[in-house]
Amino acid sequence: MLRGAARTACVVVPALFLGVFFLWPVAAILGRGLGGDGLDRLVDLPGDAVFLRVAWFTVWQAAASTVLTLLVGLPVAHLLARHRFRGRRLLRSLTTVPFVLPTVVVAGAFTAVFDRFGLDEGTLRMRHTVWALLAAHVFFNVAIVVRTVGTAWEGLDPRLDEQARVLGAAPWTVFRLVTLPRLAPALAAAASLVFLFCVTSFGVILILGGPTRATLETEIWRHAVWRGDLGSATALAIVQLVAVLVMVAVSNRLQRRRAVAERGATASPARHPRPAVLAGGLGLLAVVQGVPVLVLVERSLAVGDGYSLRHYGALADRVNLLPVSALGALRNTIVFAVAATGMAVLVGGLASLVVVHGRRWLSRLFDLGLMLPLGASAVTLGFGMLIALDEPPLDLRSSRWLVPVAHALIGIPFVMRTVVPTLRRIDPRLREAAAVLGASPARVRREIDWPIAARALAVGAAFSAAVSIGEFGATSFLPRHPDRLTAPLALFRLLGTPGDLLRGQAMALAVVLMALTGAAVFVIEGRSARRATVRGDF
Amino acid sequence: MRRTRHLTLIGACVLSLATAASACGSDGGGGSVPVSANPATTTEADISGTAVTLLTHESFWLSEGTLEAFTAATGVTVDHQTAGDAGEMVATAILTAGNPVGDVMFGVDNTFLQRALDADLFEAYESPALATVPDALQLDPGHRVTPIDYGDVCANYWIDRFDTDHPAPKTLADLADPAYADHLVVQNPETSSPGLAFLLATIAEFGDGWEDYWADLRANGVSVTAGWEDAYYGEFVSGGGDRPIVVSYASSPPAEVIYADPPVDTAPTGVIADTCFRQIEFAGILTGTDNRPAAEALVDFLLSDTFQEDIPLNMFVFPVSTTADLPQAFVDHAVLPDEPHVLAPADIEANRNAWTERWTEIVLR
Repeated sequence: MLRGAARTACVVVPALFLGVFFLWPVAAILGRGLGGDGLDRLVDLPGDAVFLRVAWFTVWQAAASTVLTLLVGLPVAHLLARHRFRGRRLLRSLTTVPFVLPTVVVAGAFTAVFDRFGLDEGTLRMRHTVWALLAAHVFFNVAIVVRTVGTAWEGLDPRLDEQARVLGAAPWTVFRLVTLPRLAPALAAAASLVFLFCVTSFGVILILGGPTRATLETEIWRHAVWRGDLGSATALAIVQLVAVLVMVAVSNRLQRRRAVAERGATASPARHPRPAVLAGGLGLLAVVQGVPVLVLVERSLAVGDGYSLRHYGALADRVNLLPVSALGALRNTIVFAVAATGMAVLVGGLASLVVVHGRRWLSRLFDLGLMLPLGASAVTLGFGMLIALDEPPLDLRSSRWLVPVAHALIGIPFVMRTVVPTLRRIDPRLREAAAVLGASPARVRREIDWPIAARALAVGAAFSAAVSIGEFGATSFLPRHPDRLTAPLALFRLLGTPGDLLRGQAMALAVVLMALTGAAVFVIEGRSARRATVRGDF
Repeated sequence: MRRTRHLTLIGACVLSLATAASACGSDGGGGSVPVSANPATTTEADISGTAVTLLTHESFWLSEGTLEAFTAATGVTVDHQTAGDAGEMVATAILTAGNPVGDVMFGVDNTFLQRALDADLFEAYESPALATVPDALQLDPGHRVTPIDYGDVCANYWIDRFDTDHPAPKTLADLADPAYADHLVVQNPETSSPGLAFLLATIAEFGDGWEDYWADLRANGVSVTAGWEDAYYGEFVSGGGDRPIVVSYASSPPAEVIYADPPVDTAPTGVIADTCFRQIEFAGILTGTDNRPAAEALVDFLLSDTFQEDIPLNMFVFPVSTTADLPQAFVDHAVLPDEPHVLAPADIEANRNAWTERWTEIVLR
């Protein structure tokens, strides 16, 4: 499909990006650790009871979180993908909003919710339990399922389902036998993203899980930063990377096997949802996402015993413990998000073409390699960048580009996980028809692939923007000019000092951060929705 | 959590502007800031026009104009970079040892000091300005690091929850008294800087008896969180929780006043002075610096009255220099315990992993 310079660019750009900014730094830090006593630690791990418990809990909580997120996300995805109702697009954008919230804020909101609904007493106690941790993971990640699966669902030809129903199949049977198999690639994609996010989850584990729970991610951090034990941290990081590699390989296999070409959803009938479907979907969202978010909004408005917008008004003024005002930090966040999203869309988009149209080995390599950053610990990546990118011409340690690059590494998997399934589903007959009619391969791509992929690309872009806006991992280790404070870091510092004034301002900043994300997602996808109608004319 | 350290800063903009203005005023005469008191090795002409990078943890903040006063006096521009919290900064500095990101590092405290020294992070430099610093604060006889400020981690209590019938605890031992059952929330010393400082306070107080003490605390219903935010806002009364005693900082009550909303006259919290652990923050010249003369001048500047007098209102810790005047607002609000607990950095580094592992077994398992 791809020829000449275009093909070279499709391969070289993602390969270089991944190689320089991920593989090389990770190899450097793991090499450093193994050169110390990391190898001995690695050999000791299988007999280490604490390690085995931590590894088991890591996998267990990630798997449980993924299953729960799928269970909550599917009905919502169905509601949003298959029905037309007022506020649908807004609602869909809003599901992404929790994604950007710093965990310390979310944990506070959850604690308040538990408190208010009496879930903090006796046998109902939620705080510092695994249930609190799972609930938070669903809260954060349900958007991934709603968006990834929802996009695929919209692309399914509904006539198949209708035919089955006309032939007498019950709705559940139709879903199980007709709809679900065709959704499998998107489900596998969503599940792998959620799983990786939960494997590398940090704040949720420490704050909501309580002091007795640990995962590989938190243990890597504790050993590397807290105990200064690079060897143990390296051994754990290697285990984590290998586990992630295996998981992604399995998931990719599932996605490839299940990929079925499908006529576009141009015939998708817009119908109004039955009241039960609407109430069910909205109810789920309200419980899982709405309540904690409303608690945050309420807290941002609370002043003394009453309510006021004062905390919002104060966002423009610099508090003494921040080098810039909260609004200045928001501006930095937006600049980083735009840069990171641009890189993620470019690299992720090119890599998606290679995965779908490239040679088999290259396709599999890209599909696997570009997912890895999502499953690597923040410490591995951040520390690796510090020791690998420290010599000219790549002395980027205190460069302003390093932060968006790190964000883009995490955004790329989202772009690919939405674009690749969509490209795979493009009916080859569309292309053949175009070719028969005399269109060049380039023209086929421009007129057929591009309009269909644009929609998915926009969903991926919206996610990488959200990831960048909320990122609070690898970049916190990187040296940074104090004026380039991002909003999540500002939030953390506001919450790091006693005083209701600071807390109120932190909550207001969190709400603004959410609103900003919601608006960004709404706009990015709105543009693509208009563009997507082009394919209806084809 | 990840950022466990908090340094409180005063919100009175007027005051810090005044400090900045006086800082600018004092060098108006052309380089009268005591920057290089050792002209034999460092002259202003040598370093003028060069740049020096100051690496700090991200809780470091100064009034606008303070670093500029240094530049005005020496001609050296300061590139300020932050690198995570104190623990992350030390960990990453050890990784990049020999090819450091900066020339001078500020913010390594006595709990991390020995680790930094063992990794040969710093070049020795005995600043002539040390003459104004009490010996008790100069923990490294080799002068690889220079003390800059100090403060305390202490148990705080919510005053309204106590009265004459139920007086606030006075000592560490009181905290294990059944009268204070389910009162205390602490941070995990394996993940939090104040949590570690509080464990060290109990070890300094009870010696080998610290294990029994913590077993008693556990029996008395002590709650443990991963980090400061979760303890203070999640479980302490201040954030809506129901625990009236929390491990925090000696500077927390003043912050409760300064950042109150709506404003209050007196702090709702108090400090239990017997529970305090002293934290001293140091600066050092990073091994591998390519501008040692300017780095020396910067360390001298960190001990100058200009810088030292700017510390309290911005970072809410005490300056080490005896010649620095304390601002009135600081004198009014700040608490300085008479006899805080201390432990030698070498003892801390040699034992901390064993102590925290033992602590985990006693309190969490």
